[in-house]
Amino acid sequence: MIEKVRAHPSQNESLLFETSSPGKAGYQLPELDVPTVDPAEALGAQHVRREIGGFPEVSEVDAIRHFTRLSTWNYAIDLGLYPLGSCTMKYNPRVNEAVARTEGLMWIHPYQPDALSQGAFAIMAELERALAEITGMDAVTLQPAAGAHGELTGILMVRAALQAQGNPRKKVIVPDSAHGTNPASVRMAGYEVVNVASNDRGMLDAEALARMVDEDVAAIMITNPNTLGVFEEHISNVARILHSKGALVYMDGANMNALAGISRPGDYGIDLMHLNLHKTFSTPHGGGGPGSGPVAVKKELEPFLPLPRLQHAPSGWSWNYGRPQSIGRVRAFYGNFGVLVRALAYIMAHGGDGLRRATLDALLNANYLRKMLEPHYEIAYQAPSMHECVFSDRRQAANGVSTGAIAKRLIDYGFHPYTVSFPLIVPGALMIEPTETESKQELDLFVRALISIAQEAEENPELVLMAPYSTRTTKVDEVAAARKPILKWRG
Amino acid sequence: MDPENLRYTKEHEWVSVEGAIGTIGITFHAQKELGDIVYVDLPKPGAVIQQGKTIGSVESVKAVSDIFSPVSGEIAEINGLLAESPEILNKDPYASGWLVKIKLSDPGEVDKLLTATEYQAFVGTESS
Amino acid sequence: MLDTIGASTLEDLYAHLPEEVRFPGGLNIPSGKSEYEIVDYFRARGAENANQHANFLGAGVYHHYRPVLVDTVISRGEFLTSYTPYQAEISQGALTAIFEFQTMICQLTGMDVANASMYDGSTAVPEAAMMAMRITGRDGIAVARTVHPEYREVLGTYTRHLDSARQGVRVTEFEYDAESGQVDLASLELALDENTAAVIIQSPNFFGIVEETKQIAEMAHAKGALLVFVFTEAVSLGLLEPPGDADIVAGELQSFAIAPSYGGPFAGILACKERYVRQLPGRLVGETKDANGNRAFCLTLATREQHIRREKATSNICTNQALIALMATVFMTLYGKQGLRDLATQNLAKAHYLGDKLWRRFKGPYFNEFVAATGVQSAEEINRRLLGFKIIGGLPLDRFYPELKNSVLLCCTEMSRRADMDAVAEAFGA
Repeated sequence: MIEKVRAHPSQNESLLFETSSPGKAGYQLPELDVPTVDPAEALGAQHVRREIGGFPEVSEVDAIRHFTRLSTWNYAIDLGLYPLGSCTMKYNPRVNEAVARTEGLMWIHPYQPDALSQGAFAIMAELERALAEITGMDAVTLQPAAGAHGELTGILMVRAALQAQGNPRKKVIVPDSAHGTNPASVRMAGYEVVNVASNDRGMLDAEALARMVDEDVAAIMITNPNTLGVFEEHISNVARILHSKGALVYMDGANMNALAGISRPGDYGIDLMHLNLHKTFSTPHGGGGPGSGPVAVKKELEPFLPLPRLQHAPSGWSWNYGRPQSIGRVRAFYGNFGVLVRALAYIMAHGGDGLRRATLDALLNANYLRKMLEPHYEIAYQAPSMHECVFSDRRQAANGVSTGAIAKRLIDYGFHPYTVSFPLIVPGALMIEPTETESKQELDLFVRALISIAQEAEENPELVLMAPYSTRTTKVDEVAAARKPILKWRG
Repeated sequence: MDPENLRYTKEHEWVSVEGAIGTIGITFHAQKELGDIVYVDLPKPGAVIQQGKTIGSVESVKAVSDIFSPVSGEIAEINGLLAESPEILNKDPYASGWLVKIKLSDPGEVDKLLTATEYQAFVGTESS
Repeated sequence: MLDTIGASTLEDLYAHLPEEVRFPGGLNIPSGKSEYEIVDYFRARGAENANQHANFLGAGVYHHYRPVLVDTVISRGEFLTSYTPYQAEISQGALTAIFEFQTMICQLTGMDVANASMYDGSTAVPEAAMMAMRITGRDGIAVARTVHPEYREVLGTYTRHLDSARQGVRVTEFEYDAESGQVDLASLELALDENTAAVIIQSPNFFGIVEETKQIAEMAHAKGALLVFVFTEAVSLGLLEPPGDADIVAGELQSFAIAPSYGGPFAGILACKERYVRQLPGRLVGETKDANGNRAFCLTLATREQHIRREKATSNICTNQALIALMATVFMTLYGKQGLRDLATQNLAKAHYLGDKLWRRFKGPYFNEFVAATGVQSAEEINRRLLGFKIIGGLPLDRFYPELKNSVLLCCTEMSRRADMDAVAEAFGA
């Protein structure tokens, strides 16, 4: 029996709670420079807890080994291509991390006097200006904490704007290819969701849409490029249709990595949109967050932006709370400032030309993958791809190999899988977004891996179905996890 | 394989009638489409329900499917076994995997539902 | 690569876009900067902010020491540059850490289940309120005025239009007792009715005062409402009785090694009793086994979430605060059982050292924040004087509570030096 742990990925590591031993600790506090206080006396004995049962007791070296060992069980961009469609898993330059840790940015309190926060104001103002320029919009709020939070903010603004005209209306149109956050956000803003199907080119059908839009429709929520990676070619026509009925056009900017520098939504009828700074403008995804979801709007919607707004006077920057038409706050304080710092650093490093070049490289990489893989996998829609491409598993499924199985087999080839089974309108979808930061060498390796798996699916489907083989953990039983949920350590 | 003595809906529920009580479940086809069922959400006994309305849902790991009542009435009993062992819906959808029993308020509704033959024909067209 | 694609220039890649959507110009953003210039720019902006000041502000954002190991761990590329652990086989590191996080949040709060994080405390509150509405089938919310004012504003924004058919949700605020600074139970009683889904309180409350949670829970439950317990100062849980009487706990973990960063990114938590787990929004990690029978973890109960249930989901939340939650996990690991208690006890001692020197407006028990009356001086005058000593004073409360004139909310933590506290006391004329 091997007792000494081995290197990744067959390393063993218990949970913290199992390695704890009484009295171990990884902290030191300075000596108290004031008199001690008896908690029971100060707080009342009934308010003072007993020890925190089960809480860890480990040393600093135990802690760092624990987390370092766990880390070796994770795949990451730092290890290779992470082609999760719709997630824009690009490499984020580490200088962004460094500047976010600048002492005077990291340790500032949101309630400290405005005069002592001028540097923070300047950063936020500069970022607002840059995002307005990139989107072709007039005003930006940086408050929303993530894309879905931006969606809610945007739809609440739609409601406020229409309400100001006397009727908030009842419905919001959402294409069937949309991210699930769209319909969920619409519901939270008190609207009914009306789904609209895509046509056989994977796009919105302007004529069908025109028949749906009536005086009850508040807005359409449209992802562009959509989740098929296809640019909605009729988008300006769609905007005209909605506007002719007094409705607004919201764009989900999750896929702005396909547009920055080459197409500005504000120039062709989009009234408001959100951006995912953690996707397009670089913040490490961190295992699922943090993000940031600024909302950019045309000037007609500016009065409805969340409180507070930046304002500038000769004496300097300050917060403006006097905005009666605002939808109010969507979050305490001013947004995920640390993420805003990273986004501005990213934009500064690229400049206007660099952002455009990054977009073109993202298009190049996606179209290259599409071309190389098309002989082996079935492309879902013939329409040209922007920053990502969506295949279906139709050919492989004939041998019983689904997109899920191909994904797991890809792990053995050293890659993180693409997005599996989304968008829902493509049966057995493989949604692939390489981003601009991948080299041709890495893309070619990925192509060869997928071609090889396609062959395996033909010749030896069993091999694919049993994958992965190379991971520390073999196939995980998600059914058992859901049937009898164990959501914390039970000792 | 869909029992002849049951009546079916296009939403893949079945109902069997004994006196004034209808027993409702989901079809073999429905459970197969969902895959491994992990959770069943059912109404409380006493709830009054209408034909065609949602009375609960059936979940697999990555999908949720609403259950639409094939008949109107009042929930008389729910299948308590499903809370602990949702997998019986996969193993035995037409017997021990029943969902709810309903006191029928309009037994005539049942006659308008699909027969086994009609349902099989419908499933055939839907999957092709 | 262009040859393979069959394009001659990069521009050809979007030539299929209609003319009117193509941006003909160049973006009006200065050309790309070098790494050095970027570092220099942000250093300069940082220097325009408060620097090296002692800080007595709390009010939802606290100055606590951040152990070095926290950034060491979260800077590992495998944590920093991975995404939501959908593919369990190559995400066991993140999944295991989240499972440990969920466990520690339960141990800390006395709840049975905790999710993998929310955006922050302020957005966790309306999520808790909506959860209570789904569970009870009611749509009234009673919230204490001693809950963080900005949290209450966010609650208002979220709930205003939640159900347009019912003209939105009714949010009623109840008062605090002017003497103790705790919830006024008579006012709470008036706010409760048969339609109340949740009673929301914060403890320590916005004034730093510890609430009588047990009593309030009994009152809420007697009316069939749930108790939502909110905390902004997580360190207090090292010493204070966990809110085991609550049904849902919504809190902010900023105190656990998350830098103030002008208000974010932070990490919120949402935890609840086992029976409500199906109504809990956000990601959850569960324990299971792999094909070899070994322990493994995966995301679970995903059918609650937007990517499956769409408009019927428990919430629209997708991206959360995973990396920030990991910071808190490392923090909790390092301090552990004894450390968190010791840390909380130091905070208590520091706050009481200063609190004893000043005229405190409320008599209820307080943890590391308290409201001081300024006497004849204005709060602004005092704070201006303190700035001369590079000390940022407390938060003048009339901004949020017009009735609390000449009142300042002060916070002391383990980072507050005695000399600075003495200077504050002196500025108050104590």
